[in-house]
Amino acid sequence: MTGASVPATHQAANGTLGFVMLCHTALHRAAETARHWAERGCPVVIHVDKRVQKWSVEKLQSDLADLTNIRFSERFACEWGTWGIVAATQAAAEVMLADFPSVRHVYLSSGSCLPLRPVKELIAYLDERPRTDFIESVTTEEVGWTIGGLNMERFTLRFPFSWRTQRWLFDRYVKLQRRIGFKRTIPNGIVPHLGSQWWCLTRQTLSTILQGPDRALYDRYFRRVWIPDESYFQTLVRQVSANVESRSLTLSKFDFQGKPHIFYDDHLQLLRRSDCFVARKIWPHANKLYATFLSDDAEGQAGGEPNPGKIDRLFSKAVERRVKGRPGLYMQSRFPHEHWENGRTAAPYSVFQGFSDVFENFEGWLGKVTGTRVHGHLFAPDRVEFAGGEAVFNGALSDSAALRDYNTKSFLANLIWATRGERQCFQFGPGDNQELNWFMALDSNAQISVISGAWAVPLFKSNLNFTDIRREAARLQKIELDHLSVLRNGAAKARIRIWNLAEFIENPMEPLQTIVDEISPRSLRRLTEAPRLTDLTGFGQFLQNLRNQGMQPVLMGDFPTTNDPRPSDSRRGRPYLVK
Amino acid sequence: MGLIGAYRLRLRRRRLHLRGWLKRREMTNVVNRTGAIRGDSIILLCTLRNERIRLPYFLRYYRDLGVNHFMMVDNGSDDGSREFLQQQPDVSLWVTPGSYRKSRFGMDWITALQRKYCHGHWTLVVDPDEFLVYPFCETRPLRALTDWLDTSGIRSFSAMLLDMYPKGPIDAQPYREGQDPFEIAQWFDSANYSVKRNPGNGNLWIQGGPRARVFFPEEPIAAPALNKIPLVKWNRAYAYASSTHMLMPRGLNLVYDEWGGEKASGCLLHAKFLDTFAAKAEEELSRGQHYANSAEYRAYRDGLKTQPDLWCKWSEKYINWRQLEILGLMSKGNWA
Repeated sequence: MTGASVPATHQAANGTLGFVMLCHTALHRAAETARHWAERGCPVVIHVDKRVQKWSVEKLQSDLADLTNIRFSERFACEWGTWGIVAATQAAAEVMLADFPSVRHVYLSSGSCLPLRPVKELIAYLDERPRTDFIESVTTEEVGWTIGGLNMERFTLRFPFSWRTQRWLFDRYVKLQRRIGFKRTIPNGIVPHLGSQWWCLTRQTLSTILQGPDRALYDRYFRRVWIPDESYFQTLVRQVSANVESRSLTLSKFDFQGKPHIFYDDHLQLLRRSDCFVARKIWPHANKLYATFLSDDAEGQAGGEPNPGKIDRLFSKAVERRVKGRPGLYMQSRFPHEHWENGRTAAPYSVFQGFSDVFENFEGWLGKVTGTRVHGHLFAPDRVEFAGGEAVFNGALSDSAALRDYNTKSFLANLIWATRGERQCFQFGPGDNQELNWFMALDSNAQISVISGAWAVPLFKSNLNFTDIRREAARLQKIELDHLSVLRNGAAKARIRIWNLAEFIENPMEPLQTIVDEISPRSLRRLTEAPRLTDLTGFGQFLQNLRNQGMQPVLMGDFPTTNDPRPSDSRRGRPYLVK
Repeated sequence: MGLIGAYRLRLRRRRLHLRGWLKRREMTNVVNRTGAIRGDSIILLCTLRNERIRLPYFLRYYRDLGVNHFMMVDNGSDDGSREFLQQQPDVSLWVTPGSYRKSRFGMDWITALQRKYCHGHWTLVVDPDEFLVYPFCETRPLRALTDWLDTSGIRSFSAMLLDMYPKGPIDAQPYREGQDPFEIAQWFDSANYSVKRNPGNGNLWIQGGPRARVFFPEEPIAAPALNKIPLVKWNRAYAYASSTHMLMPRGLNLVYDEWGGEKASGCLLHAKFLDTFAAKAEEELSRGQHYANSAEYRAYRDGLKTQPDLWCKWSEKYINWRQLEILGLMSKGNWA
């Protein structure tokens, strides 16, 4: 192969740009790309991983046999994170420098790279910057993307075990070295730099690195560094080059596990508009991408500076989705442990306890004033009281109490998830299913307002026998006491407000104003219309009767036994127009 | 989990393998084209009975996605399913007169075939009325997904069963052979699913949807499970423990993220509620071969008599996978 000397007619003369390709899979795609470059006057030196089977290497070589400016370099086994990749790069780069004297810039690419812009444009771009080395090279303090939590330690510890296949030993050995304080010395006091493996260096820089007097020393050192392909050239370039442009010309993005993102046919427009020269990694079956970018039709676009912003955003969003997820969503592939939800529910909602007992038509009033969806008792024992008495609600939630009680947490999370964009309010009380008391108290999206003891009002108005009333009152009081102790717990994250019945009746407008302001902060106007207070004449006596029967009502506050709770003229009607 | 517990699970898994090994003798091979399976082939496995009318679209759908080989087990069809499948160039067919119920609802047969033919392959186990939808399925073939799962070191892929239904009575629009069933059953429930963790086996237990809403409103626990893990890079040591709801070893059930993130997942669109359903429910009821004494079918029959419309005003009309993603029924995870 190396000896082939008959120039093919369709081949341009060798130019100033040469490609080094590191290949290990999908060799037919690598061949297409290599051919593309070679036919356009860019010499290509291909390194094939030593672990690739002989027949497929031979196939690749015969596929490219008609091209005189393609070479194959000595093969090394390239396990991820090991020296093999650097050795392969060195060997291939040496072939490039020796065999193709016209080459000024050497571009390191992989078999799954794809040129996005005509190679002419890349050559022109480099011609304008003939002395510049394009290589991402940053000090260890400045990188935040390293895998395994190792930054500087990559350079000071030893890594005889494979991270992929011997993770346990790898971790143990790192730990051991940390404990005994082992440290390798860095030769010549060089400052370690890290960066993307894919670079484009000038002949001068590259030959200085490869032919420098200390190469053996550096090689010996980096052979034991972890992931040397991301640090060998990145570090040494700082020793020899005065003109480092610290960025890669190859568009290559990594996910949260350090695996490269892959491009598919549906990324075509995105890749086109990125104005990057080369992208990695392309899915080998992305026929449309290969057909598009390896043809010459792609010419005539506006060729500016590479601008991968859109692609960056796409991939960083994807990583965020994987790592943080959507708050308040519980589904087949997101089911967080408690306290790790990153938002127990999807949106803010309000829980009202006792308000519909104290006010007449509280729900209608609240809906009108705040413009939110106001439900009845969603957790009522017999059925789910959706707003408007609906039998099915958003998300096709059923009003069946059995379905709701089967998984209350899913029910509430579903409701809030399905109504994103419309705030939900609902009534709650000690008569309802209490399973979610902790869940809501710990939910920062919940706004919980409680008038304690208000559950006694419907009892007071009921037509039950007094012994039944007393029994029911004792039961509800116990439940509400338990609930209040949850709400008063220091760990609670909800916005919680608690009044007892007496103090609330005393001055109902101020609490209402606060709550409404919080629900719709933008409307910030004074309430002009108050909901109608229910008639509480004789309620004090009712409480006294309970006491007389041996039940101690403690949640209502102080109601005088004989007097009405409020002056009689302001008890009914719409008395409190607070302006 | 102590050593003993782990060993017990191992024994259980071995027992499932043994069952499959014994049950394989119930199957007769009609046509074996497994020689055509290549190293990287994606294999679909399916048990069926009297599904002739569904088969043309089913095969076309999965061929278009890029399934390379179909392994079908015909459990006593008499409607021509067998003859039809026999002629398909990419189908290997087994027939069995055995009891569906006694073979763990077909899973013993599937296990036997998986152990014999599927080691090292991506396998998709679905019913003839289940259609896989995954992120980017319109633009990327199934191989793009399995390649990505391979590079990400993921062995199993979750796809929740999403019950699709028509608007109006289930039997109002007859299904024609070869037709896309979702031209008729266009609707689904978007957010009424109950999700629980099954502590012993580590899988999620998802119930809900129209079946729970209409047929089981008073007995939610009896509503059918919707969590499924149909796509697995098979290893002969693996076994499906309960339909495709649960796998062994248990690590395969961890298709969900537990720390707030989202893993990639898909949906199995379920074309059960077509005009063929009523007849099927009657037949299955008389055969008594389904789960929990066919309680599910009984509930359907009772429900169907009184309330044949699964549609409600909050039903969502199906558009595409992106819609399911936005609704939170499936996720792209970090696949972009």
